[in-house]
Amino acid sequence: MKKLTTLLAAGLIAAGAAAQAQDDPFTVGFIYVGPIGDLGWSYEHDQGRLAVEEAYGDQVRTIYQENVPEGADAERAITNMILDGADMVFTTSFGYMEATNAVAAQFPDVLFEHATGYLRETPNVSTYSARFYEGRAVIGHIAGHMTESNIVGYIGSYPIPEVIRGINSAFIHARQVNPDVEFRVVWAYTWFDPAAEADAARALIAEGADVIMQHTDSTAPQTAAQEAGIISFGQASDMIQFAPTPRVASIVDNWAPYYVRRVGEAMEGTWESTDTWEGIGPGMVEIGEMTDAIPEEVRASATELMESIASGEYHPFTGPLNRQDGSAWLAEGEVADDGTLAGMDFYVEGLTGDIPN
Amino acid sequence: MLRLEKRPAPSQAWGIGAPILAVVLTMIAGGLMFAILSLPDAGLAAAREAGEIGFGEYVFGHIPVMIARGAEAIRTIFWDPLFHERFGPFLRGQLLVKAGPLILIAIGLSLGFRAGIWNIGAEGQYIIGAICGAGFGLAFYPSESILIFPGMIVAGAIGGWLWSMIPAILKIGFRTNEILVSLLLVYVAESILALAATGFLKNPEGRGFPGSRNLARHPGTDNPELIAGTGIHMGVVAALIAVIAAYVVLNRHMFGYQVKLTGQAPRAARFHGVDPNKLVIACMGISGALAGLAGLFEVSGPAGQISIDFNVGYGFTAIIVAFLGRLHPVGILLAGLLMALTYVGGELAQTRMSLPASAIQAFQGMLLFFLLALDLFTNYRIRGRRREVAA
Repeated sequence: MKKLTTLLAAGLIAAGAAAQAQDDPFTVGFIYVGPIGDLGWSYEHDQGRLAVEEAYGDQVRTIYQENVPEGADAERAITNMILDGADMVFTTSFGYMEATNAVAAQFPDVLFEHATGYLRETPNVSTYSARFYEGRAVIGHIAGHMTESNIVGYIGSYPIPEVIRGINSAFIHARQVNPDVEFRVVWAYTWFDPAAEADAARALIAEGADVIMQHTDSTAPQTAAQEAGIISFGQASDMIQFAPTPRVASIVDNWAPYYVRRVGEAMEGTWESTDTWEGIGPGMVEIGEMTDAIPEEVRASATELMESIASGEYHPFTGPLNRQDGSAWLAEGEVADDGTLAGMDFYVEGLTGDIPN
Repeated sequence: MLRLEKRPAPSQAWGIGAPILAVVLTMIAGGLMFAILSLPDAGLAAAREAGEIGFGEYVFGHIPVMIARGAEAIRTIFWDPLFHERFGPFLRGQLLVKAGPLILIAIGLSLGFRAGIWNIGAEGQYIIGAICGAGFGLAFYPSESILIFPGMIVAGAIGGWLWSMIPAILKIGFRTNEILVSLLLVYVAESILALAATGFLKNPEGRGFPGSRNLARHPGTDNPELIAGTGIHMGVVAALIAVIAAYVVLNRHMFGYQVKLTGQAPRAARFHGVDPNKLVIACMGISGALAGLAGLFEVSGPAGQISIDFNVGYGFTAIIVAFLGRLHPVGILLAGLLMALTYVGGELAQTRMSLPASAIQAFQGMLLFFLLALDLFTNYRIRGRRREVAA
């Protein structure tokens, strides 16, 4: 094989090798799980990368790789970036957790930022995530007001704490304003698969859902909602191209301030290993523009809810709350602790169906 | 006028030459695609904007830019992973890590393909092998006994074998089409994988997140690099053994003779006493077991754990590798390495040249396209049509 490739490659040595200035600017690598054109999760992380470039200009060089599978291939992608001179690497999906820590152990001088994980085995690894459930509370509130069939369809990706937390948060706040509302959850077992997401949306619509929420990254559910003439919420990214309907509002992940801040700290040498979990208040989670399709008083009450969450006055998981089986979880006025939220593996009372496992 | 004429016998020269020519054509067409992707050149556009160059210079100035860009992409994909001073030492090992499972699975598939038995579901057998092997290892957690890994290997092979027996038995008993059944079982296997990662194999200390315990970082269940820095793990060794074994079986063994005969002349094979049902069981079983082994070596080594997205398509890519290698063991070895090179080099081109992932996939697609197109010349030749003589 070596011989063959030598042969093949021999004809190509003539290629003009572009001389590259190495290791001069601070190099930051980004590993994306989807295509940056997904208009959802990876798109928003890439917006964060562009914000870093914007903020530091010639002082930084950014590199990225799309569609990196979560597993063995991630280790290679990260290592390649480091060999290419990366001083800092953002790995932007939960599935890169083991790979990030494995590579971090080999390169103690490189800084690592892993999104939505919890493992920080060496002092050069940080983790960060957003309190998406705060945004879910706001759109749950809107959904509770808007549904006429009293059935909200929810497309879950995988039954993991982050997704379960989102379902609970949305449901609690829909029920607060509409005691008759019910949630139907479909597990798509994918983060990004337009065809599967569209099928899930259509199945939910066929069951009578007139509001679709999604915890997957493509815009396919928006299209399905549009065809059915019902409403939906943008996910991860604003998905504003579907406004004013079906998309009546959205949860936007805004990674840019965090990325700019952390890259800045790394360049100054003040970077430290941390676990960051920020929500609406610091701006990591944003609610995209609420369109005119939402009645004015609902927009007002949703804004009020958003502001009380942002100020810390209200926590979306405040008692009294029971678990699905009726057992007590939070007493009157009690607020859920981060540890329980981080590992949430149960539905709250009122939700129907089982969490698959 | 040109017409195709069937050759009396398949051309040996084309059999060997077609894959090489396909690679060369892919380099040219791919280079052109990468060159076009770089248009318009920012430097030239700026010069044109500033009025430094005329329109003609602007247009023709792109020619050297495109050539350099295309050549750089091809060099990054085919040369840098092997010989680049910084990337080479790391990526040469990664090449073996990537090629190992491809070769192991493709060798198994090639036996069936030669006999006209189409196991398209190696991806599913790979998944089930990994789940069974990992399940065996985790059942004894936290034991670090040296007996566990051999047990995992056996469990992995049996898992893949059992999963392949479903289409095999349905084919024999009910004459179902093994292509459809084995393919659809991939999706069943993927669902079982999701269940395993979020349910029965979930790490009890994983804070509710999906994914099993890490097998690669626990002594006793790990499949480590045998020589540090080379990427060679047990799965790579197994792939090499499979290549040699397949070569011997095909050339020296009765079973290999039966496989080849069935592929070339099924009726004649029957007269020679070849039992087609036994052959289906054997070919499906071997390919399933090897795919299961590949899954086990991957889950205990490079991947490290059962996760929702554990499978990355080795089972499907191995089909391409099998045909790229002409269903010949040595050909498969080379094809597996070449395929791995396009993956590893393609990733490098993505980060180093900011090429989109889809362009790399299109590039890999071109390779298959040219190969299939040139394959025609193994069995056919082009003849200029003679004028009919007027009577």
